Amino acid sequence: MADTQIKDAFVEFERVQKSYDGENLVVKDLNLALPKGEFLTMLGPSGSGKTTCLMMLAGFETATYGDIRLDGVSINNIPPHKRGIGMVFQNYALFPHMTIAENLAFPLEVRRIGKSEREKKVRRALDMVEMGEFGGRRPAQLSGGQQQRVALARALVFEPELVLMDEPLGALDKQLREKMQFEITHLAHQLGITTVYVTHDQTEALTMSDRVAVFDDGRIQQLAPPDRLYEAPENSFVAQFIGENNTLEGVVTEIRGQTCVVKLDDGEVIDAVPVNVSAVGERTRVSIRPERVEYNKERMQEGAHTLKAKVLEFIYMGDIFRTRLSVAGNDEFIIKTRNAPDQERLRPGQEIEIGWMAEDCRALDA
Amino acid sequence: MTDTAQEPMLAADGRPLKQSLARALRRQKTRALLMIAPLLLFVMLTFVIPILSMLMRSVENAIVPDTLPGTVAALSAWDASSGRAPDEVVYRHLFIDLFKAAEAKEHTKLGTRLNYEQTGQSSLFRTSGRKLDDLAEPYQDAIEDISPDFKEAAFWYELMSGEDGSALLAQRRDLWNALVGEELSGEAGFMPSAQIAQLLPWTARAYTDFALWSALVKNDTVAEERPWEAVYAALAMDLEDPAKRQAIADYDGAGAAQLQALAAAQSDLPAVRLREGFIELNRSWGEPRIWTTIKLYSPRYTPGYFLNAVDMQLSPDGAEAKPENQQIYTQLFKRTLIMALIITGSCILLGYPVAWILANLPARTANVLMILVLLPFWTSLLVRTSAWKVLLQQQGVINEILVWLGFVDDANRLVLMNNATGTVIAMTHILLPFMILPLYSVMKTIPPSYLRAAKSLGATNWTAFRRVYFPQSVPGIGAGSILVFILAIGYYITPEIVGGTSGVFISNRIAYHISSSLNWGLAAALGTILLVVVLALYWLYDRIVGIDNVKLGG
Repeated sequence: MADTQIKDAFVEFERVQKSYDGENLVVKDLNLALPKGEFLTMLGPSGSGKTTCLMMLAGFETATYGDIRLDGVSINNIPPHKRGIGMVFQNYALFPHMTIAENLAFPLEVRRIGKSEREKKVRRALDMVEMGEFGGRRPAQLSGGQQQRVALARALVFEPELVLMDEPLGALDKQLREKMQFEITHLAHQLGITTVYVTHDQTEALTMSDRVAVFDDGRIQQLAPPDRLYEAPENSFVAQFIGENNTLEGVVTEIRGQTCVVKLDDGEVIDAVPVNVSAVGERTRVSIRPERVEYNKERMQEGAHTLKAKVLEFIYMGDIFRTRLSVAGNDEFIIKTRNAPDQERLRPGQEIEIGWMAEDCRALDA
Repeated sequence: MTDTAQEPMLAADGRPLKQSLARALRRQKTRALLMIAPLLLFVMLTFVIPILSMLMRSVENAIVPDTLPGTVAALSAWDASSGRAPDEVVYRHLFIDLFKAAEAKEHTKLGTRLNYEQTGQSSLFRTSGRKLDDLAEPYQDAIEDISPDFKEAAFWYELMSGEDGSALLAQRRDLWNALVGEELSGEAGFMPSAQIAQLLPWTARAYTDFALWSALVKNDTVAEERPWEAVYAALAMDLEDPAKRQAIADYDGAGAAQLQALAAAQSDLPAVRLREGFIELNRSWGEPRIWTTIKLYSPRYTPGYFLNAVDMQLSPDGAEAKPENQQIYTQLFKRTLIMALIITGSCILLGYPVAWILANLPARTANVLMILVLLPFWTSLLVRTSAWKVLLQQQGVINEILVWLGFVDDANRLVLMNNATGTVIAMTHILLPFMILPLYSVMKTIPPSYLRAAKSLGATNWTAFRRVYFPQSVPGIGAGSILVFILAIGYYITPEIVGGTSGVFISNRIAYHISSSLNWGLAAALGTILLVVVLALYWLYDRIVGIDNVKLGG
């Protein structure tokens, strides 16, 4: 992976491995570098090693092998309290026996910062997350969203250059989560801090990050900006994991530079972009995003590849229609269409013709 | 919504909503009550009632006024500070009361009771009760010499019987009931004569007592029984009064002739000098201090046991401290409190790290270790304490090892047992699970992320523990401390076995008074004080720590 090595990297993982039991590797040969000021998200299913990576960076787990560097200095042997890394925990971890102001003052107190200075910083941090009036309350008296803001303020109050967040929005409801996503990114960019964010929610990863590292099985499957990740997944796992995805299975019959020909299992032949296939005769999974499929003849672009399909189910979702089709033997083929005034609403059982552009169709590993 | 605020909300059927709700919940409540009813009953019977009875016993003193009703009444006129023994009349009442008590064999109990307050009382009452007949005999002999009819049971019965004496009968019957401590049942078969009762009050009272005793307890026919010697003495007392002798001259009821003959020959009767008689029986009866004690403990309820329990005593001038060499209880209370505190402290010191390790180990390992913590619960307390005896004695395992290792000289083996050290060591071990369990269950609820958060915020391990972990584990310490302290303060078996004399607790003293000295009143007073001390400490604890902060688990 070419883009893991960056000059003047602020945070760097080099050939990091981690095993808990001496038999299985939870993190396998991790290489990752991020520049100052970047918002990087570690995304992956549970057990993919993303949280372990974060804990190694924070200092709560030690790497079994490899080197972790912060600002060019190896931090493998530096205890967590000397790393100066801010951290927001999944359950906020606000100290229940202290008031909000005391919680925020805690990192300043242990750094022996004077009282007046401390109070100023606490007030500024609370104002920053719009919690200025709540300094005297206890964590249990706050709502989840308010606790979240306080946790964020506490992680930022001692002005760390690196902030780690471990699924901080997991416990919030959908609306609040979306609001906080915006606030966190806004704050991170405004303060210019480097952020490593761990989540298993792909929407969160796409909307917040400068770059996303997709983890699976202890490895980074793809490290890319959100748009590249969504539009140009490098393997089947990423394609499946990020967003909704249609797959058609088949065999590569021909490769011509930027296009290849795939013979699907039911005999249909389609064109696709070869991403993860290298030889004729290899099995492949062809991936097409649901919103790139068109069935309205008037909207279909010139040169689109067309296929016969049968409508199985029509789901009205408000802003979009979600239609399940049977295409080339795949009964789980989904298309999404915008709820436009002239959009035709399909009926189950209807026979239609669908089409897509060959460049939206990616031949990945089987 | 203003109209709903003014009028009560109605349910669908038009009843007030509150009523409907109460009705709907009633079944549930009844069922809940029925489910706890057996436990409630059990707790009432085995906990609340014994405690109340203990409280009663610690102030109850009915035995003195019940055994010596006349004496107690007569004593009220006696001035204890006069430095003189009471007058003859008090001794007369004492004679009658004691005679009755001796018949019912109750006088030794009174002696035992008063002996708690003053040594010597027990033998005084026991020996005097035996010889009361001797005091009365001169009068009986003299009366029978003057008028042989007084030898006849039937004559006595006829003389004393009459009409309208039911008030006297009921009064004397109540006194018997109080003396023997139960309701005597049955018919007396005798009705005192009101006229005789007025004429010969001492005699009437004594004879009625005798009649009731014969009929109700001995199941004899009163008319066939010769009266007690005391009745003759009582007659002699009545005859001493010239006014009564005058009245006898006008008497014309049954046995009038014999009575008048007796009254005429009164000067031949020996003078009634029971005061001298009693002092002759036992010199102590002439000592004012004996009477002071009886007078001080004559009310039905007494603070005496409580005063005793705090090393004080009753005196004519109120409560006063006991002589220094008799003070034991306040010191014992202090020692009990201090040792319970030391035990609680050492339980915290030893239990906290164990609980911490248990709470932070993987569940499987923690469960195995938890069995080790619980193991003592499955072993008999006696066995555990005896095992400590084996370990702690001077030729025991610990001393042998220390000598072998050369830490301790063979001649100067450590005294680890039969003193406070032994009690503290053994009780810390025995009570440790009560500290570990609440601590563990509280620590289990403290997420490890708090410590991590503290460290990520820049706190060292120690600061993170001190500022973040420890404050959250305080409720566990509180719960464990309350458990251990309250258990320790009332502990009995372990101090008894390994405590020797300097390592015993107040409860050992209570046990001694319950099973050996049989001074239950003092035991109850000591127990009540212990209860009050615990409640007071609990209250103090609530004020300082707050009982809401005590958690036994999740």
